[in-house]
Amino acid sequence: MTTLPVKIPPMGESITSGVLAKWHAADGATVRRDQPLFELETDKITSEATAEAAGVIRIAVKAGDEVRIGQVVATIEVGATATNPAPTPAAAAVPATGSPAVRRVAAETGLDPAKVSGTGKAGRVTKGDLLAAAAASPAAPAAPAPAPAAPATSAAPAARQTRRKLSPLRARLAQRLVTAQHQAAMLTTFNEVDMSAVMALRARYQDEFVKRHGLKLGFMSFFTKAVVHALREVPAVNVQLDGETLVENHYYDVGVAVSTDRGLMVPVIRGCDRLGLAEVEKGIADAATRAREGRITLGDLEGGVFTITNGGVFGSMLSTPIINPPQSAILGLHAINERPIAANGQVVIRPMMYLALSYDHRLIDGREAVTFLVKVKQAIEDPARVLIGL
Amino acid sequence: MTRFDLIVIGAGPGGYVCAFRAAQLGLKVGLVEKRPALGGTCLNVGCIPSKALLHSSEHFAWARHDAAAHGIRLGGVSLDLAALLRRKDEIVSRLAGGVAQLAAARGVTVVTGHAAFTGPKTLSVTGADGATQALEAAHVVIATGSAPVELPFLRFDGRTVISSDHAIALPEVPGKLVVVGGGAIGLELGSVWARLGSEVTVVESLPRIAASFDEDVGRAFTRMLQKQGLRIEAGAKVTGLRPGSPAVLTAERGGQTLELPADRVLVAVGRRPYTEGLGLERAGVELDERRRIRLDGHLRTSAPGIWAIGDVVAGPMLAHKAEEDGVAVAEWIAGRAGHVNWDLVPAIIYTHPEVASVGLGEEAAQAAGRAVRIGRFNFAANGRALAAGSAEGFVKLIADATTDRLLGAQILGPNAGELISEVVTHLEYGGSAEDLARTIHAHPTLSEAVKEAALAVDKRALHAV
Repeated sequence: MTTLPVKIPPMGESITSGVLAKWHAADGATVRRDQPLFELETDKITSEATAEAAGVIRIAVKAGDEVRIGQVVATIEVGATATNPAPTPAAAAVPATGSPAVRRVAAETGLDPAKVSGTGKAGRVTKGDLLAAAAASPAAPAAPAPAPAAPATSAAPAARQTRRKLSPLRARLAQRLVTAQHQAAMLTTFNEVDMSAVMALRARYQDEFVKRHGLKLGFMSFFTKAVVHALREVPAVNVQLDGETLVENHYYDVGVAVSTDRGLMVPVIRGCDRLGLAEVEKGIADAATRAREGRITLGDLEGGVFTITNGGVFGSMLSTPIINPPQSAILGLHAINERPIAANGQVVIRPMMYLALSYDHRLIDGREAVTFLVKVKQAIEDPARVLIGL
Repeated sequence: MTRFDLIVIGAGPGGYVCAFRAAQLGLKVGLVEKRPALGGTCLNVGCIPSKALLHSSEHFAWARHDAAAHGIRLGGVSLDLAALLRRKDEIVSRLAGGVAQLAAARGVTVVTGHAAFTGPKTLSVTGADGATQALEAAHVVIATGSAPVELPFLRFDGRTVISSDHAIALPEVPGKLVVVGGGAIGLELGSVWARLGSEVTVVESLPRIAASFDEDVGRAFTRMLQKQGLRIEAGAKVTGLRPGSPAVLTAERGGQTLELPADRVLVAVGRRPYTEGLGLERAGVELDERRRIRLDGHLRTSAPGIWAIGDVVAGPMLAHKAEEDGVAVAEWIAGRAGHVNWDLVPAIIYTHPEVASVGLGEEAAQAAGRAVRIGRFNFAANGRALAAGSAEGFVKLIADATTDRLLGAQILGPNAGELISEVVTHLEYGGSAEDLARTIHAHPTLSEAVKEAALAVDKRALHAV
């Protein structure tokens, strides 16, 4: 019987480690080939690894452990089937070795004595070592107490707050957002757009579009194409800063922000200048699905030149988005609301949306930024302009 | 000239254990002993004979005072001192014979006589008949032990002024015995003769007896001995002995003079390293200011290839410590990783009840500036102790206030010397009081008092309030 090591797969670029967030298989269980085994969280993405062969899995690291790329986290005894039921999680949570007090503190703090350096005889971990480690990591998750519920008085303070360590993804996001705020000379220009034309087009062609392409025609594809159009008209916005070098991009890979329960992700739709509306819709839908399922790869997130974020789906009226470095501009979409506006000397009611363009003033001047946003507005209000090239 | 890999001078528990361990490790070992019997002070005139006397005298005292409480009517109880001493001698000679057998079985060459260095690696051994033989070895271990300290105004004469060597073999029970020195030896031998019928007075110059223990332990211990009929005169300095029948020992305390009539005066004020006649200067072995052999941290003397262990070096003069020294030296000589933890040498006084300690006491911990938590449990609340009719004393544990690591233990009570062992093990492994408290102790045993004391460190003893 051969034993196949289960390793952390290479994630590309700068990623050397991550957190094994969750096991989908229990230790000692039988797994099928291609069955999802675990979720890996890195500072950029969360991904899933599948079994390369069928057999019995022997898990070597706990969920929540930090792992390196290439590290063996389990082995699969190829072809074997489980003979014993998997141990209950409760039993596995208490370390089997160490002194009684060490086992007690480990069970109550969730600390792994194997990761604490010991001061006892021959390096054994003592209760004091574990208490010191617990004091040093106050955010360590408290293991479920095996004892009956504690008196309400002592439970009350804990119930008012829950402390969780930031996932690498969230920590990275936080760091990038702050970096963008600190490094870029960021400011935002606003406009409003009358959505009547796009809504009319959607109403007119929706059924046929769905029949032909198997998915609905949304607003996002119109805005993506409008952004490509505007970038072509105002190339000064399609730039980024590399040290003291200004880099002009001659391609149109547009990031679309997707909200997932693991945090915000911005998968990039490649070559939007060459894609039709249907292909853009499909690209966005695929990326969003993979992002929400945690199956997105690092490659999906890199190399965008511009980002579109749509707070409107949650009802936002107006906001100032933060640019996604090293990009230099980001378009924020908002809720579509019917509002009275003046048109040709008449007050009329139109479906209106506010647009916000945040940009890095170090590279982009107000004239370009405002012109860019006007181009987006015009392309949405009169989609024929994109076709004609105005 | 007979050549060895290792010669050990002195066949006490340190020396013979060293020789045995070295033989186990494949060395050719010579063991030199001036006594005709192996085993040194401990086996011949120390630990073992005094324990034989303590057990016998305890049985006698029990038969006289305690049997009736158990519903046992013995009628007249009388002492056959000669038989009691004979039993002790038989135990000693049986054990000494056992050591000789072990030495032969391990191929250790025993050389009887007095050894003296003739050069850095050479020795001459002079036998009782005056014949000498020359020995040579790559390594020499000095394990010559210690001898009782003599006071200048109380010279041992073997009749009125006696040492522990004499006190284990008195031909009759002295009417009045004055013991100078309230340490382990004086209290044990004082207890023996008190149980056998002597009026015993212990004179101690320090403010309390058993001064190496915490004050609360010493105080309780003093009360227990006083209840057994021992008179304890602490803080009294012996000034002289007026001859007569009986002689009168004079002592002074706070300007007042004590006059203590004595048929015998046992001087047990300590022991001194035994280095006379060894020719250390010819080997280049230096002594320290207290005439102990000067060592580095690995029991090496100032002369290359010469080592020293046990009572002849600094540290507690205890057989078990000497044994560990001996094993470590043998292993170091054989190129192994020897090890002694001199911080965890248990010390025991084998009175009734016994007193035992290991590691840091409360006072020593406080003197060292350590924040500690104390757990204490009385044997009066221990079922087994009550059943045995021996429920005096308590277990006291000292733990670090922050890490809960056990720092030491002091036990005053029945079988304290056996009970201390598990605490030594916990200390050795860096265990916490909680570890001890979470270890199952069989019921009903005295050891439950140790567990309860461990619980008491965290103020959660179950059988005490």
